[in-house]
Amino acid sequence: MQINDLINHTSEWLKGTGPNSDVVISSRIRLARNLNKFPFPHWASKAQLNAVLEKSSQAMEKVQLLKQSTLFVLANLDSIDKQFLVERHLMSIEHTQKTEQKAVLVNDEENIAVMINEEDHLRIQLMQSGFNLFEAWGIINGIDDCLAKLLDYAYLDDFGYLTACPTNTGTGMRGSVMLHLPALVMSRQIERVLAAISKLSFTTRGLYGEGTQASGNFFQISNQVSLGHSENEIIENINGLIRQIIEQETQAREIILTKSKVVLEDRINRSLGILKSARIITSQETTELLSMIRLGSDLGMIKDIDRRTINELFIITQPAHLQKLENVKLSSDQRDLKRAELIRKKLNLL
Amino acid sequence: MLCDVCGKNPATVHLTEIIDEQMNELHLCEDCARHKSAAMEQQFGLSDLLAGMADFEKPSSSKEEEIVMIKCPSCGLAYADFKKIGRLGCGECYNVFRKYLAPLLKRIHGSNQHIGKNPAKIKVSTKLYKKKTSLPELKNQLQKAISTEAFEEAARLRDQIKEMENKKEKEG
Repeated sequence: MQINDLINHTSEWLKGTGPNSDVVISSRIRLARNLNKFPFPHWASKAQLNAVLEKSSQAMEKVQLLKQSTLFVLANLDSIDKQFLVERHLMSIEHTQKTEQKAVLVNDEENIAVMINEEDHLRIQLMQSGFNLFEAWGIINGIDDCLAKLLDYAYLDDFGYLTACPTNTGTGMRGSVMLHLPALVMSRQIERVLAAISKLSFTTRGLYGEGTQASGNFFQISNQVSLGHSENEIIENINGLIRQIIEQETQAREIILTKSKVVLEDRINRSLGILKSARIITSQETTELLSMIRLGSDLGMIKDIDRRTINELFIITQPAHLQKLENVKLSSDQRDLKRAELIRKKLNLL
Repeated sequence: MLCDVCGKNPATVHLTEIIDEQMNELHLCEDCARHKSAAMEQQFGLSDLLAGMADFEKPSSSKEEEIVMIKCPSCGLAYADFKKIGRLGCGECYNVFRKYLAPLLKRIHGSNQHIGKNPAKIKVSTKLYKKKTSLPELKNQLQKAISTEAFEEAARLRDQIKEMENKKEKEG
């Protein structure tokens, strides 16, 4: 697989299916793992990083679930390619910096990605469509078992898996759920919900994970504590919280529907109108309007556009995707034109 | 009013800084304010937070020098480095700095006792299977796995039992 092959491919997690997919976009689990006897990436020499890259990529070749995958060496990619992988949620923004001896392995279905030499030697992630953390855990746990037989992990009985940053020590696990909460935002209840979440040792982040702001109606919620609870307990805790948020969002949607259905219909259809006819549109406006379309589709107000198409539009209208589709470097103004053109084409064809 | 820093553009951002109980007012233009806030963010990242937390763990201030001097023999990272960058150097650092890390981990996670997966057990269990466990013993293990809801383990045992039984049939 070449990086350009990804453009025409829809990631597994964007299907818009799975449990509670009207509120939950995706579920993701990542495991942080390090190799014994090797310094963590920030403290390692080039030769050590190369050895880690070689050892771990050789081990991954032997894992059945990773057979159909491609290793992208970041030093060989240009800045648009790197941004492109970030936009597809296959790696972090941090992984695009100082790229020597860094790589990311991506499977053909694009639901598994392993970053090599990011903050830790290995960051294994699995993304699922909808509210599906346990299923994600089942798969990633299997991959981790296979790798544990082939690699000597840095591990202590009392502290668990050892990581560069002590905030990840223990299970090395972070479970995250990406939520779409337009009704809680509209009814101004979101502040209250977010405040409660932060008191419960969970964090809220933006669409692109660590270091990004929660923007618009999208919120990524994940566990903060990784030590002292088993993986199953951590997932149970996240699930319990997410279930409550889903319930609150669903209730808020019902209240808006009973109290001000016409106002909502107006807003959703105006959003669709703008997307179908705009000639210039920024990435931020696109996200806001697509969020309304998604809500319209979830509530049955928009019938001819499915979730998958909307999810795809979120991704392909991002800056690096537009530039890869056009195959040229575009300025911000040029992108706003191309973005509007692409959205018009996609939505008016339906 | 003009910006206190560049003195060129009109000041639109008004900042109050309190350093050591001394209050300072700054009037900045938008550009200079942006630089200032970026500088402040850089000054106060996660590593500072962690390093600040690590400071709590000092047994007593007279021992500070001793702590700072300790170096991991495996990777050469000193505790002082950890305090500065908020990242450890290698797995062995956890052993070397155990005395200081145990309370720090407790502060971060509310616990410093891991109760999750253990890679050694995965390795040991595969080694055991390779030693050819007897059929009744395998069946015993399967029952145990099912009762503890270790379904992945159970599936593996089930396949192994099947394989052994098939072999027996062929041989018999």
